[in-house]
Amino acid sequence: MQDFILTAEILEKARNAIESSLIQAGVRTALLIDGAGNILSNCGRDADDIDAISLAALAAANLGATSQIAKLIGEEDFSLLFHKGKNGNIHFGRIGDELILITIFGEDVSLGLVRCRVTDLSETLLQIFEG
Amino acid sequence: MALIDLSKKEIHCKIVYYGPGRCGKTTNLLNVHSSMADNARGKMLTIETKGDRTLFFDLLPLNLGTIRGFNIRIQLYTVPGQVMYAATRKLVLKGADGLVFVADPLQVRRERNIESLEDLRTNLLEYGLKLEDMPLVIQYNKRDLVDTPIPTLTVEELEADLNSVFKVKTFEASAVTGMGVFETLREISKQTVRYVTNKHLLHETK
Repeated sequence: MQDFILTAEILEKARNAIESSLIQAGVRTALLIDGAGNILSNCGRDADDIDAISLAALAAANLGATSQIAKLIGEEDFSLLFHKGKNGNIHFGRIGDELILITIFGEDVSLGLVRCRVTDLSETLLQIFEG
Repeated sequence: MALIDLSKKEIHCKIVYYGPGRCGKTTNLLNVHSSMADNARGKMLTIETKGDRTLFFDLLPLNLGTIRGFNIRIQLYTVPGQVMYAATRKLVLKGADGLVFVADPLQVRRERNIESLEDLRTNLLEYGLKLEDMPLVIQYNKRDLVDTPIPTLTVEELEADLNSVFKVKTFEASAVTGMGVFETLREISKQTVRYVTNKHLLHETK
């Protein structure tokens, strides 16, 4: 496991990629975190209203827990998680081994679109962070 | 894994409170949370099972001011102490930069302390980390019980059990009353920030 050192350039590139993909698609918030629960990037119109630190810690724990569930049924890991609410939904996607992209969106955005965008974005983000 | 954000000039460190079940890890965090000013602390997050045990972890984000222009943000985590939560315990340990081992001084828990410290060492090794290389502070908690009829271990006994190899700094504490809680936190924060900055920032900025 490596330590992350975020340069302004990497962060800017990552933010631009997220903005032009997910935020353009109409999602409320997109949060990029690492497996230990550190926040790397937080964008979207609701970004300042949510408790991002708690969300990141719980999301990292959530994916950690589901990866144990995966092992119990003979899977290596699950690459995505989705929770549906009344007005809001949340999608967690693994980006490589270390990163997690959390997307929060309402009923106005379809899950299929979010899944497509997250899949495309994960390639871009991996290139940005791993060079 | 520390996170150093050069654009916001922030350093994020993760400190994990480890120890056997019911030794007072969550109580340590609760005490820190209730004693700190609002602007220096974040929201305390806790996921408990029925009966006050920690199911997954507690989290308390703190803001410790600035060093060389960098904002120092620390996240305190606790692990579930009960033996059966081995997988979650290992998960929370991921990316830890500093450790506090909270020891339970009750005589009946003597073995549990030793087991838990060994468990910590094993879990760290699985992440490729050596306990002796990491910032570590040991806290002898529940010292308020010494004057009661409840049989407790002496500091010498605890030292022999837990600190004969590492020889790290230890603190006597009572997380319920607050005694020793901040002394422990201050020391581990200092060690952790030094460890993280020496490891990454100093040679990066040279």
